[in-house]
Amino acid sequence: MPDSPGLELIAHELDDAAAGSVLSTYHEHGQACLIVDPQRILEVLGWLRDTPAQEYRFLASLHGVDYLPSEPRFGVVYELLNMPRVERLRVRAALADPGGEELPEIDSCMPLFAGAEFQEREVYDFFGIVFRGHPDLRRILMPEDYVGWPQRRDFPVGGEPVIFTHTEREVPRWYA
Amino acid sequence: MRREKLRALAPLEEPRSPTDLRVRQLRARDLLRGDLEGPDLEQHVAEATLPTTMAKTIGWARANSIFPATFGLACCAIEMMSMVSPRYDIARFGAENMRASPRQADMLILSGRVSIKMAPVVRRIYDQMLEPKWVISMGACSSSGGMFANYAVVQGADKFMPVDIHIPGCPPRPEALVYGFNKLQRMILGNPDSGWRRRYKAIGTEEWARAATGTASPDEAEAYAAARELSVAYDSARAQESRQGRRDA
Repeated sequence: MPDSPGLELIAHELDDAAAGSVLSTYHEHGQACLIVDPQRILEVLGWLRDTPAQEYRFLASLHGVDYLPSEPRFGVVYELLNMPRVERLRVRAALADPGGEELPEIDSCMPLFAGAEFQEREVYDFFGIVFRGHPDLRRILMPEDYVGWPQRRDFPVGGEPVIFTHTEREVPRWYA
Repeated sequence: MRREKLRALAPLEEPRSPTDLRVRQLRARDLLRGDLEGPDLEQHVAEATLPTTMAKTIGWARANSIFPATFGLACCAIEMMSMVSPRYDIARFGAENMRASPRQADMLILSGRVSIKMAPVVRRIYDQMLEPKWVISMGACSSSGGMFANYAVVQGADKFMPVDIHIPGCPPRPEALVYGFNKLQRMILGNPDSGWRRRYKAIGTEEWARAATGTASPDEAEAYAAARELSVAYDSARAQESRQGRRDA
Protein backbone atom coordinates (compact mmCIF):
# COMPACT_ATOMS: atom_id res chain seq x y z
CA MET A 1 0.00 0.00 0.00
CA PRO A 2 1.68 3.28 -0.96
CA ASP A 3 1.48 5.69 1.98
CA SER A 4 0.44 9.29 1.57
CA PRO A 5 3.88 10.66 0.48
CA GLY A 6 4.33 7.58 -1.71
CA LEU A 7 1.06 8.37 -3.44
CA GLU A 8 2.17 11.96 -4.06
CA LEU A 9 5.43 10.67 -5.52
CA ILE A 10 3.53 8.41 -7.90
CA ALA A 11 1.22 11.28 -8.83
CA HIS A 12 4.14 13.59 -9.61
CA GLU A 13 6.01 11.02 -11.65
CA LEU A 14 2.86 10.19 -13.52
CA ASP A 15 2.20 13.86 -14.18
CA ASP A 16 5.72 14.20 -15.58
CA ALA A 17 5.25 11.21 -17.84
CA ALA A 18 1.74 12.15 -18.99
CA ALA A 19 1.23 15.82 -18.33
CA GLY A 20 -2.14 16.83 -16.94
CA SER A 21 -3.47 13.30 -16.50
CA VAL A 22 -3.75 13.38 -12.70
CA LEU A 23 -6.60 15.56 -11.48
CA SER A 24 -6.20 14.92 -7.75
CA THR A 25 -5.28 12.31 -5.19
CA TYR A 26 -6.54 11.20 -1.84
CA HIS A 27 -5.36 8.84 0.85
CA GLU A 28 -8.03 7.58 3.20
CA HIS A 29 -8.40 4.56 5.48
CA GLY A 30 -4.96 3.47 4.38
CA GLN A 31 -6.07 3.35 0.77
CA ALA A 32 -4.41 5.35 -1.97
CA CYS A 33 -6.38 6.73 -4.87
CA LEU A 34 -5.50 8.66 -8.02
CA ILE A 35 -8.29 10.58 -9.71
CA VAL A 36 -7.41 10.88 -13.38
CA ASP A 37 -8.61 12.32 -16.65
CA PRO A 38 -10.79 9.71 -18.41
CA GLN A 39 -9.37 10.74 -21.81
CA ARG A 40 -5.94 9.50 -20.77
CA ILE A 41 -6.87 6.43 -18.80
CA LEU A 42 -4.91 4.06 -21.05
CA GLU A 43 -1.75 6.16 -20.72
CA VAL A 44 -2.11 6.17 -16.94
CA LEU A 45 -2.81 2.48 -16.57
CA GLY A 46 -0.06 1.62 -19.06
CA TRP A 47 2.46 3.74 -17.18
CA LEU A 48 1.49 2.19 -13.82
CA ARG A 49 1.74 -1.27 -15.28
CA ASP A 50 5.03 -0.97 -17.17
CA THR A 51 7.20 1.55 -15.31
CA PRO A 52 9.92 -0.48 -13.56
CA ALA A 53 9.44 1.20 -10.16
CA GLN A 54 5.63 0.75 -10.23
CA GLU A 55 4.69 -2.52 -11.89
CA TYR A 56 1.04 -2.69 -10.90
CA ARG A 57 0.54 -5.66 -13.16
CA PHE A 58 -2.73 -7.05 -11.87
CA LEU A 59 -6.16 -5.50 -12.27
CA ALA A 60 -7.95 -6.83 -9.22
CA SER A 61 -11.27 -5.22 -9.96
CA LEU A 62 -12.97 -2.77 -12.24
CA HIS A 63 -16.24 -1.17 -11.28
CA GLY A 64 -18.51 1.75 -11.89
CA VAL A 65 -19.93 4.28 -9.46
CA ASP A 66 -22.72 6.80 -9.83
CA TYR A 67 -22.07 9.87 -7.69
CA LEU A 68 -25.32 11.67 -8.47
CA PRO A 69 -25.91 14.54 -7.68
CA SER A 70 -22.22 15.55 -7.54
CA GLU A 71 -20.23 16.35 -10.67
CA PRO A 72 -18.65 14.70 -12.57
CA ARG A 73 -21.37 12.15 -12.16
CA PHE A 74 -19.74 8.81 -12.95
CA GLY A 75 -16.57 7.09 -11.85
CA VAL A 76 -14.86 4.07 -13.33
CA VAL A 77 -12.63 2.61 -10.66
CA TYR A 78 -9.62 0.41 -11.34
CA GLU A 79 -8.15 -1.48 -8.41
CA LEU A 80 -4.54 -2.26 -9.25
CA LEU A 81 -2.32 -4.66 -7.41
CA ASN A 82 1.42 -5.17 -7.33
CA MET A 83 1.73 -8.78 -6.30
CA PRO A 84 5.40 -9.01 -5.23
CA ARG A 85 5.12 -5.97 -2.96
CA VAL A 86 1.43 -6.60 -2.15
CA GLU A 87 0.64 -2.96 -2.82
CA ARG A 88 -2.71 -1.77 -3.95
CA LEU A 89 -3.48 1.41 -5.85
CA ARG A 90 -6.88 2.71 -6.84
CA VAL A 91 -7.30 4.70 -10.03
CA ARG A 92 -10.55 6.52 -10.59
CA ALA A 93 -11.55 8.02 -13.90
CA ALA A 94 -14.01 10.84 -13.31
CA LEU A 95 -16.56 10.70 -16.11
CA ALA A 96 -19.03 13.47 -16.79
CA ASP A 97 -22.60 12.69 -17.83
CA PRO A 98 -23.05 13.90 -21.43
CA GLY A 99 -26.76 14.32 -20.68
CA GLY A 100 -29.85 13.29 -22.58
CA GLU A 101 -29.79 9.93 -24.31
CA GLU A 102 -26.02 9.98 -24.81
CA LEU A 103 -23.89 7.60 -22.83
CA PRO A 104 -20.57 8.48 -21.22
CA GLU A 105 -17.59 6.94 -22.97
CA ILE A 106 -14.16 5.78 -21.90
CA ASP A 107 -11.40 3.70 -23.51
CA SER A 108 -11.51 -0.01 -22.84
CA CYS A 109 -8.48 -1.20 -20.89
CA MET A 110 -8.59 -4.63 -22.47
CA PRO A 111 -5.34 -4.08 -24.45
CA LEU A 112 -3.59 -3.76 -21.07
CA PHE A 113 -5.61 -6.13 -18.88
CA ALA A 114 -7.43 -8.83 -20.84
CA GLY A 115 -9.30 -9.89 -17.72
CA ALA A 116 -11.28 -6.66 -17.76
CA GLU A 117 -13.58 -7.96 -20.47
CA PHE A 118 -16.49 -9.18 -18.35
CA GLN A 119 -16.09 -6.46 -15.76
CA GLU A 120 -16.39 -3.78 -18.41
CA ARG A 121 -19.47 -5.52 -19.70
CA GLU A 122 -20.90 -5.47 -16.21
CA VAL A 123 -20.23 -1.74 -15.81
CA TYR A 124 -21.85 -1.16 -19.19
CA ASP A 125 -24.81 -3.31 -18.17
CA PHE A 126 -25.53 -1.49 -14.93
CA PHE A 127 -24.33 2.09 -15.53
CA GLY A 128 -24.50 2.52 -19.29
CA ILE A 129 -20.84 3.49 -19.56
CA VAL A 130 -19.53 2.67 -23.04
CA PHE A 131 -16.02 1.23 -23.29
CA ARG A 132 -14.49 2.22 -26.63
CA GLY A 133 -12.64 -0.64 -28.29
CA HIS A 134 -14.26 -3.41 -26.26
CA PRO A 135 -14.64 -6.41 -28.61
CA ASP A 136 -18.05 -7.57 -27.37
CA LEU A 137 -19.83 -4.88 -25.42
CA ARG A 138 -23.30 -6.16 -24.54
CA ARG A 139 -25.28 -6.83 -21.39
CA ILE A 140 -23.90 -9.57 -19.17
CA LEU A 141 -26.25 -9.98 -16.18
CA MET A 142 -29.53 -8.35 -17.15
CA PRO A 143 -31.58 -9.82 -20.02
CA GLU A 144 -30.38 -8.70 -23.43
CA ASP A 145 -33.60 -6.88 -24.25
CA TYR A 146 -33.63 -4.99 -20.94
CA VAL A 147 -34.11 -1.24 -21.21
CA GLY A 148 -32.36 1.13 -18.82
CA TRP A 149 -29.28 1.19 -16.59
CA PRO A 150 -30.50 -0.25 -13.31
CA GLN A 151 -27.66 0.71 -10.96
CA ARG A 152 -27.84 4.41 -11.77
CA ARG A 153 -29.12 6.36 -8.84
CA ASP A 154 -31.99 7.90 -10.80
CA PHE A 155 -33.28 4.46 -11.84
CA PRO A 156 -36.40 3.36 -9.96
CA VAL A 157 -35.73 0.52 -7.52
CA GLY A 158 -38.67 -1.55 -8.74
CA GLY A 159 -40.76 -4.05 -6.84
CA GLU A 160 -44.39 -3.53 -6.05
CA PRO A 161 -46.37 -2.49 -2.99
CA VAL A 162 -47.23 -5.36 -0.65
CA ILE A 163 -50.54 -5.20 1.16
CA PHE A 164 -50.38 -5.83 4.88
CA THR A 165 -53.15 -5.02 7.28
CA HIS A 166 -51.41 -1.80 8.24
CA THR A 167 -50.62 -0.66 4.68
CA GLU A 168 -53.94 -1.66 3.14
CA ARG A 169 -55.26 1.89 3.21
CA GLU A 170 -52.32 3.18 1.16
CA VAL A 171 -53.27 1.01 -1.80
CA PRO A 172 -56.55 2.36 -3.11
CA ARG A 173 -59.15 -0.18 -4.26
CA TRP A 174 -56.79 -3.15 -4.02
CA TYR A 175 -59.74 -5.50 -3.79
CA ALA A 176 -61.15 -4.45 -7.16
CA MET B 1 -74.09 -37.27 22.24
CA ARG B 2 -71.10 -37.68 20.02
CA ARG B 3 -72.67 -40.57 18.14
CA GLU B 4 -75.80 -38.52 17.49
CA LYS B 5 -73.71 -35.74 16.05
CA LEU B 6 -71.92 -38.18 13.81
CA ARG B 7 -75.24 -39.63 12.69
CA ALA B 8 -76.44 -36.16 11.80
CA LEU B 9 -73.34 -35.56 9.73
CA ALA B 10 -73.37 -38.89 7.91
CA PRO B 11 -76.55 -40.85 8.42
CA LEU B 12 -75.96 -44.57 8.27
CA GLU B 13 -78.15 -46.75 6.12
CA GLU B 14 -81.05 -48.34 7.94
CA PRO B 15 -80.57 -52.05 8.64
CA ARG B 16 -82.35 -54.13 6.05
CA SER B 17 -85.22 -56.42 6.84
CA PRO B 18 -84.83 -60.22 6.41
CA THR B 19 -87.19 -60.12 3.39
CA ASP B 20 -84.98 -57.52 1.77
CA LEU B 21 -82.00 -59.79 2.26
CA ARG B 22 -83.87 -62.70 0.67
CA VAL B 23 -84.73 -60.55 -2.37
CA ARG B 24 -81.08 -59.71 -2.83
CA GLN B 25 -80.03 -63.33 -2.59
CA LEU B 26 -82.54 -64.30 -5.27
CA ARG B 27 -81.40 -61.48 -7.49
CA ALA B 28 -77.78 -62.61 -7.16
CA ARG B 29 -78.82 -66.12 -8.20
CA ASP B 30 -80.63 -64.70 -11.24
CA LEU B 31 -77.53 -62.74 -12.13
CA LEU B 32 -75.39 -65.87 -12.07
CA ARG B 33 -77.93 -67.62 -14.28
CA GLY B 34 -77.87 -64.66 -16.65
CA ASP B 35 -81.55 -63.93 -16.16
CA LEU B 36 -81.10 -60.42 -14.75
CA GLU B 37 -81.80 -57.63 -17.25
CA GLY B 38 -82.66 -53.95 -17.53
CA PRO B 39 -83.21 -51.85 -14.42
CA ASP B 40 -82.86 -54.90 -12.15
CA LEU B 41 -79.35 -55.48 -13.46
CA GLU B 42 -78.49 -51.80 -13.07
CA GLN B 43 -79.65 -51.83 -9.49
CA HIS B 44 -77.71 -54.95 -8.68
CA VAL B 45 -74.50 -53.54 -10.10
CA ALA B 46 -75.01 -50.30 -8.23
CA GLU B 47 -75.49 -52.17 -4.97
CA ALA B 48 -72.88 -54.83 -5.43
CA THR B 49 -69.86 -53.02 -6.82
CA LEU B 50 -67.58 -50.91 -4.77
CA PRO B 51 -68.83 -47.39 -5.46
CA THR B 52 -65.56 -46.02 -6.60
CA THR B 53 -64.68 -44.15 -9.71
CA MET B 54 -61.81 -44.48 -12.07
CA ALA B 55 -60.93 -40.85 -11.49
CA LYS B 56 -60.49 -41.45 -7.79
CA THR B 57 -58.21 -44.41 -8.38
CA ILE B 58 -56.13 -42.49 -10.84
CA GLY B 59 -55.90 -39.58 -8.44
CA TRP B 60 -54.75 -41.93 -5.70
CA ALA B 61 -52.09 -43.40 -7.95
CA ARG B 62 -50.89 -40.01 -9.10
CA ALA B 63 -50.76 -38.46 -5.66
CA ASN B 64 -48.66 -41.25 -4.23
CA SER B 65 -46.13 -41.49 -7.01
CA ILE B 66 -44.89 -38.02 -7.83
CA PHE B 67 -41.61 -37.42 -9.62
CA PRO B 68 -40.26 -33.97 -8.73
CA ALA B 69 -37.92 -32.25 -11.15
CA THR B 70 -34.34 -31.80 -9.95
CA PHE B 71 -34.43 -28.05 -10.15
CA GLY B 72 -33.05 -25.60 -7.63
CA LEU B 73 -33.18 -21.83 -7.94
CA ALA B 74 -31.57 -20.43 -4.79
CA CYS B 75 -31.07 -21.04 -1.09
CA CYS B 76 -34.47 -22.75 -0.71
CA ALA B 77 -33.02 -25.52 -2.87
CA ILE B 78 -30.84 -26.55 0.07
CA GLU B 79 -33.95 -27.20 2.12
CA MET B 80 -35.51 -28.95 -0.84
CA MET B 81 -32.50 -31.24 -1.14
CA SER B 82 -32.68 -32.21 2.51
CA MET B 83 -36.32 -33.14 1.98
CA VAL B 84 -35.09 -36.23 0.13
CA SER B 85 -32.61 -37.09 2.88
CA PRO B 86 -33.37 -39.86 5.39
CA ARG B 87 -34.08 -37.31 8.08
CA TYR B 88 -37.16 -35.85 6.39
CA ASP B 89 -37.65 -38.68 3.93
CA ILE B 90 -40.15 -37.64 1.30
CA ALA B 91 -40.00 -41.27 0.17
CA ARG B 92 -42.70 -41.92 2.78
CA PHE B 93 -45.04 -40.10 0.42
CA GLY B 94 -43.67 -41.56 -2.78
CA ALA B 95 -41.87 -38.52 -4.16
CA GLU B 96 -38.24 -39.38 -3.52
CA ASN B 97 -37.35 -39.95 -7.14
CA MET B 98 -36.06 -36.61 -8.44
CA ARG B 99 -35.88 -36.67 -12.20
CA ALA B 100 -33.15 -34.75 -13.98
CA SER B 101 -35.29 -34.29 -17.07
CA PRO B 102 -38.49 -32.25 -17.09
CA ARG B 103 -39.92 -34.78 -19.53
CA GLN B 104 -39.97 -37.37 -16.79
CA ALA B 105 -41.06 -35.10 -13.96
CA ASP B 106 -44.56 -34.12 -12.93
CA MET B 107 -43.86 -31.69 -10.11
CA LEU B 108 -41.78 -28.52 -10.17
CA ILE B 109 -40.64 -26.94 -6.92
CA LEU B 110 -39.75 -23.29 -7.39
CA SER B 111 -37.10 -23.13 -4.70
CA GLY B 112 -35.93 -19.54 -4.64
CA ARG B 113 -36.21 -16.14 -6.28
CA VAL B 114 -36.87 -16.05 -9.99
CA SER B 115 -34.97 -13.27 -11.71
CA ILE B 116 -36.48 -11.76 -14.83
CA LYS B 117 -33.72 -13.39 -16.82
CA MET B 118 -34.50 -16.80 -15.32
CA ALA B 119 -38.28 -16.54 -15.79
CA PRO B 120 -38.34 -17.63 -19.46
CA VAL B 121 -36.11 -20.59 -18.59
CA VAL B 122 -38.39 -21.68 -15.75
CA ARG B 123 -41.40 -21.29 -18.00
CA ARG B 124 -39.74 -23.43 -20.66
CA ILE B 125 -38.97 -26.17 -18.15
CA TYR B 126 -42.57 -26.06 -17.00
CA ASP B 127 -43.80 -26.28 -20.59
CA GLN B 128 -41.55 -29.26 -21.25
CA MET B 129 -43.10 -31.26 -18.43
CA LEU B 130 -45.82 -33.68 -19.42
CA GLU B 131 -49.39 -33.41 -18.21
CA PRO B 132 -50.54 -33.76 -15.53
CA LYS B 133 -48.09 -31.49 -13.72
CA TRP B 134 -48.08 -29.52 -10.52
CA VAL B 135 -46.06 -26.61 -9.21
CA ILE B 136 -45.11 -25.78 -5.65
CA SER B 137 -43.89 -22.25 -5.04
CA MET B 138 -41.53 -22.60 -2.11
CA GLY B 139 -40.73 -19.65 0.12
CA ALA B 140 -41.40 -15.95 0.07
CA CYS B 141 -39.28 -15.09 -2.97
CA SER B 142 -40.98 -17.26 -5.53
CA SER B 143 -44.41 -16.51 -4.09
CA SER B 144 -44.19 -12.73 -3.92
CA GLY B 145 -40.64 -11.58 -4.60
CA GLY B 146 -39.90 -11.67 -0.89
CA MET B 147 -37.14 -9.35 0.22
CA PHE B 148 -36.06 -8.75 -3.37
CA ALA B 149 -38.39 -5.88 -4.19
CA ASN B 150 -36.16 -4.64 -6.99
CA TYR B 151 -35.68 -4.37 -10.73
CA ALA B 152 -34.14 -7.81 -11.21
CA VAL B 153 -36.57 -10.24 -9.59
CA VAL B 154 -40.07 -11.29 -10.67
CA GLN B 155 -42.53 -10.33 -7.95
CA GLY B 156 -44.20 -13.71 -7.63
CA ALA B 157 -43.71 -16.67 -9.96
CA ASP B 158 -47.45 -17.00 -10.57
CA LYS B 159 -47.13 -14.02 -12.89
CA PHE B 160 -45.80 -16.25 -15.64
CA MET B 161 -46.88 -19.78 -14.72
CA PRO B 162 -49.62 -21.52 -12.78
CA VAL B 163 -48.81 -22.42 -9.18
CA ASP B 164 -50.77 -24.93 -7.11
CA ILE B 165 -49.33 -24.53 -3.63
CA HIS B 166 -47.55 -21.59 -2.01
CA ILE B 167 -45.40 -22.43 1.00
CA PRO B 168 -44.48 -19.48 3.25
CA GLY B 169 -41.10 -19.15 4.91
CA CYS B 170 -37.67 -17.74 4.24
CA PRO B 171 -36.70 -20.45 3.63
CA PRO B 172 -39.42 -22.89 4.71
CA ARG B 173 -38.10 -25.75 6.80
CA PRO B 174 -38.14 -29.15 5.09
CA GLU B 175 -41.04 -30.12 7.35
CA ALA B 176 -43.00 -27.20 5.93
CA LEU B 177 -42.21 -28.34 2.44
CA VAL B 178 -43.33 -31.89 3.24
CA TYR B 179 -46.52 -30.48 4.75
CA GLY B 180 -47.12 -28.42 1.64
CA PHE B 181 -46.49 -31.49 -0.43
CA ASN B 182 -49.09 -33.38 1.59
CA LYS B 183 -51.58 -30.62 0.85
CA LEU B 184 -50.77 -30.98 -2.83
CA GLN B 185 -51.42 -34.71 -2.54
CA ARG B 186 -54.82 -34.02 -1.03
CA MET B 187 -55.51 -31.64 -3.88
CA ILE B 188 -54.61 -34.30 -6.42
CA LEU B 189 -56.85 -36.75 -4.62
CA GLY B 190 -59.72 -34.32 -5.12
CA ASN B 191 -60.03 -33.68 -1.41
CA PRO B 192 -58.31 -30.37 -0.79
CA ASP B 193 -57.68 -29.24 2.73
CA SER B 194 -60.13 -26.63 3.95
CA GLY B 195 -57.57 -25.23 6.33
CA TRP B 196 -57.52 -24.22 9.95
CA ARG B 197 -60.49 -21.86 9.85
CA ARG B 198 -62.83 -24.80 9.38
CA ARG B 199 -61.14 -26.90 12.04
CA TYR B 200 -61.30 -24.12 14.59
CA LYS B 201 -64.75 -22.95 13.52
CA ALA B 202 -63.31 -19.61 12.47
CA ILE B 203 -65.03 -19.01 9.15
CA GLY B 204 -65.68 -15.32 8.78
CA THR B 205 -62.83 -14.16 10.98
CA GLU B 206 -60.69 -13.15 8.01
CA GLU B 207 -59.00 -9.82 8.14
CA TRP B 208 -61.66 -8.12 6.13
CA ALA B 209 -64.15 -9.02 8.87
CA ARG B 210 -62.71 -5.82 10.34
CA ALA B 211 -65.55 -4.05 8.54
CA ALA B 212 -67.53 -4.63 11.70
CA THR B 213 -65.19 -2.34 13.63
CA GLY B 214 -66.49 0.60 11.67
CA THR B 215 -63.05 1.85 10.62
CA ALA B 216 -63.57 1.03 6.95
CA SER B 217 -64.81 3.48 4.37
CA PRO B 218 -68.23 2.65 2.83
CA ASP B 219 -66.43 1.49 -0.31
CA GLU B 220 -64.19 -0.87 1.63
CA ALA B 221 -67.01 -2.05 3.86
CA GLU B 222 -68.97 -3.09 0.81
CA ALA B 223 -66.01 -5.06 -0.54
CA TYR B 224 -65.41 -6.68 2.83
CA ALA B 225 -69.01 -7.74 3.13
CA ALA B 226 -69.06 -9.19 -0.37
CA ALA B 227 -65.83 -11.10 0.20
CA ARG B 228 -67.05 -12.48 3.49
CA GLU B 229 -70.33 -13.60 1.99
CA LEU B 230 -68.44 -15.38 -0.76
CA SER B 231 -66.16 -17.11 1.70
CA VAL B 232 -68.98 -18.34 3.92
CA ALA B 233 -71.01 -19.52 0.92
CA TYR B 234 -67.99 -21.33 -0.52
CA ASP B 235 -67.28 -23.00 2.78
CA SER B 236 -70.82 -24.24 3.37
CA ALA B 237 -70.91 -25.58 -0.20
CA ARG B 238 -67.66 -27.43 0.48
CA ALA B 239 -69.03 -28.82 3.74
CA GLN B 240 -72.19 -29.98 1.98
CA GLU B 241 -70.10 -31.61 -0.71
CA SER B 242 -67.89 -33.52 1.69
CA ARG B 243 -70.90 -34.69 3.71
CA GLN B 244 -72.43 -35.90 0.48
CA GLY B 245 -69.19 -37.63 -0.43
CA ARG B 246 -69.03 -39.43 2.89
CA ARG B 247 -72.60 -40.65 2.48
CA ASP B 248 -71.85 -41.96 -1.01
CA ALA B 249 -68.83 -43.83 0.17
